[in-house]
Amino acid sequence: MRNISPKTAQKIAMAGIWAGGAVTVGILLLIVIYVLLRGIPSLSIDFLFTAPKGGLSGDGGISTIIVSTVYLIGTTLIILVPVGIGAAIYLAEYAPSNKFTGVIRYGVEVLAGVPSIIFGLFGFALFVTALHFKFSILSGALTLVCILLPTMIRTTEEAIKGVPQAYREGALALGATRWQTISRVVIPAAMPGVITATILCIGRAIGETACLYVTMGGSAAMPSSLLSGGRTLSLQVFYLAMETRALDKAMATAAVLILIIIIVNTFTTWLAHRFYARMGGNV
Amino acid sequence: MKISHYITDRAAKTTVLICAASSILILVAIIIFIVLQGLPTFQKVSVFNFIFGMEWRPTNGQFGILPMIVGSIAVTFGALLLAIPLGIACAILLADVAPHRVRQILRPAVELLVGIPSVVYGLVGLVLLVPAVRQLGGNGFSILTASLVLMAMVLPTIISISDDALRAVPRAYKEGALALGATRWQTISRVLLPSARSGIVASIVLGMGRAVGETMAMIMVIGNSIAFPKSPLDPARTLTGNIAVEINYASGTHENALFATGIILLLFIIILNSITITVLKKGIHKYAEHLS
Amino acid sequence: MNKTKKITFILVSTLLLLTAILAGCTQKTTTPTDTNTTSTLAGTITESGSTTVQPLAEQLGEAFSTVYPQVKVVIQGGGTAVGIKAATDGTVDIGAASRDLTDAEKPGLVTTVIARDGIAIIVNPAQSVANLTKQQVIDIFSGTITNWKEVGGADKKITVVSREEGSGTRTAFQDLILGKTAQIAATAILQPSNGAIRTTVAGDPSAIAYLSCGYVDTSVKVVNLDGVAGTEANVKNGTYKYVRPLLFITKGQPSGLVKSFLDFCLSDAGQNIVSIDYIPVK
Repeated sequence: MRNISPKTAQKIAMAGIWAGGAVTVGILLLIVIYVLLRGIPSLSIDFLFTAPKGGLSGDGGISTIIVSTVYLIGTTLIILVPVGIGAAIYLAEYAPSNKFTGVIRYGVEVLAGVPSIIFGLFGFALFVTALHFKFSILSGALTLVCILLPTMIRTTEEAIKGVPQAYREGALALGATRWQTISRVVIPAAMPGVITATILCIGRAIGETACLYVTMGGSAAMPSSLLSGGRTLSLQVFYLAMETRALDKAMATAAVLILIIIIVNTFTTWLAHRFYARMGGNV
Repeated sequence: MKISHYITDRAAKTTVLICAASSILILVAIIIFIVLQGLPTFQKVSVFNFIFGMEWRPTNGQFGILPMIVGSIAVTFGALLLAIPLGIACAILLADVAPHRVRQILRPAVELLVGIPSVVYGLVGLVLLVPAVRQLGGNGFSILTASLVLMAMVLPTIISISDDALRAVPRAYKEGALALGATRWQTISRVLLPSARSGIVASIVLGMGRAVGETMAMIMVIGNSIAFPKSPLDPARTLTGNIAVEINYASGTHENALFATGIILLLFIIILNSITITVLKKGIHKYAEHLS
Repeated sequence: MNKTKKITFILVSTLLLLTAILAGCTQKTTTPTDTNTTSTLAGTITESGSTTVQPLAEQLGEAFSTVYPQVKVVIQGGGTAVGIKAATDGTVDIGAASRDLTDAEKPGLVTTVIARDGIAIIVNPAQSVANLTKQQVIDIFSGTITNWKEVGGADKKITVVSREEGSGTRTAFQDLILGKTAQIAATAILQPSNGAIRTTVAGDPSAIAYLSCGYVDTSVKVVNLDGVAGTEANVKNGTYKYVRPLLFITKGQPSGLVKSFLDFCLSDAGQNIVSIDYIPVK
């Protein structure tokens, strides 16, 4: 190996990096393009607005699935957003750096790494069985709140910390109480960041499957209340792929998922850019 | 200050404190529930026989999860074996080698891939990879197939975090090395990579966490067999798959044993996570030292 | 202020979007209930359990809702064990099972046999083997025979596909065909539902599995077991003897809406639906 001159090594290494990098990104993008190409031809307004025929036939569209997904995510956000913002305010504005705060931060970190299926087991034991919410959208939503809380807290905390110190000092100097400063100055200024955090959570919620597989029951029917069972888009992809041979329908549903993720990503990137550009400008 | 303002202030502080404590409460509740439901298993089978048992036949009262532990480790290891070199090569490309315009296209693309739901990877694996792997022998549902699917899943995570770590290396390091006459590769291999090491390690540990925790995509392509896997072409079952596939069928000790599987999985993850946090902390100290 | 305007714009547009979506949903959910006001029965029946019973329950529920538009029958899968557990806990109105209950499970539960169903042995349509003896099936599933050439087929490894332990179909297969001593090989591919079994066998040329007769379609091939194929026709005329009951389980004697639904299932109209894919009980 010693005989290789730095120049040759340079050439070999660069070729390796280019080849490895290009092949990797190429393969990954091909997966996405494959799903879109196979899925989009089956996509139509009809597909989006027709109810699926039944659990096992694979016929029909995904209207009830979309409704279940919206119910689920709506319920999740109603609980998640206030709790997440509250926790983030505490960590960013009040938290002294003592042991208790350290434990909270450690908890948030660990919670972020716990696999979805463990949350599923927990949701199954607590919400489905112990609290008698049965297999329902409510059980699924409460489980999702537990999963998404770390993401919500961390992203919101970043946004609140991004608000320039001068804002707080200005408000306090004018005689505002601490809470007035937070609620009327800091939070409004951090709002775009909070929205980014929320959308990020929506994106993650849309991709979750395992925890919902064991808490939502998987009924494809139109949900009539939060205590109805339900099926999300991701679960529908799983059921279609495993139990029917309607692979084109599965691909079409997967394509819808990818399109939603693309929209969510573009929107968050756009918001984040604007937010940080403005905050930077104000310092 | 008005009294009412004082009261609002205290009430608000208490409320947000409770919100912050909720994350700890959830974590504690998860541990309590899973441990309480899992522990009764060990009245029927010893901890040793549970972890090192080779037979999983719940209706016969045999609860050995060694094949699943090995299955989880095998798919994770297989996925990382491929994902680490490819991911790091890709991160170097994004952070240092590729022209600016290429990076501007690729970086958002990689970020998009991080968000793609795992079932989509599972679906593609089921449709394309399972028949392809069947050509190599076996029935297509295998550790190899699952490793490849997992590899595709964890690559975006490894790439984007390693890329961040590489870009966080101060420019002066790179410029200094180049000014001393080092080739680009020498600069990368002896300056950039060592400086970003902790970030890269963290990306790998995070990817590992994602791999160990993945459930649905694994159920779709691994075959869920309870036998001890002997080759990469054999079907197997992961710890996560064991829980998801059977929880709906289980009752009594069988159900407890699935929660006990959760305990093992949770221990696995907490150990991995502690490593990540330690590594990240070291990384932060290191950067702080560089800056001072 | 410019900043406030932007935030307001974002908030308002998000709200509008949400309202639009929710409005769409509420409209959809209310339509089925207000179409017919003349029928006397109204409410929701929930059923979960055996995936074997699931397609049949869906058809019965749909037919029942056609007669009584204000009644909604919500069908979920899960598996026989779920059905029994859910009925015992009272988390659903009706549990579904695809096997007889054990003595330990029986207390407090009332079972209604709504249909009978055969268990067919299926292979991929490309498979040349068309006949197996019961002993060969036992040997294949327990892992004694591992290659198709041992039963007269091509030189290919057999892929055994099975359900999870706890599955009603698996328990019935064990009781009816495997017997007390033979065990399904650990190396078998395990899939979580009847649908997944069918898809897997349809996709793998060397696969073999057992499947509820109600699920058999053209994507898989039924092999003769001791000379008789497990087809609906043979199950109905009694020549194929590997048959188990499909049950609806209620906690205590069924009453009210649930009783009406069970009566409907056992009526001529209900049993006609049963007879499409399964064997009627009357």
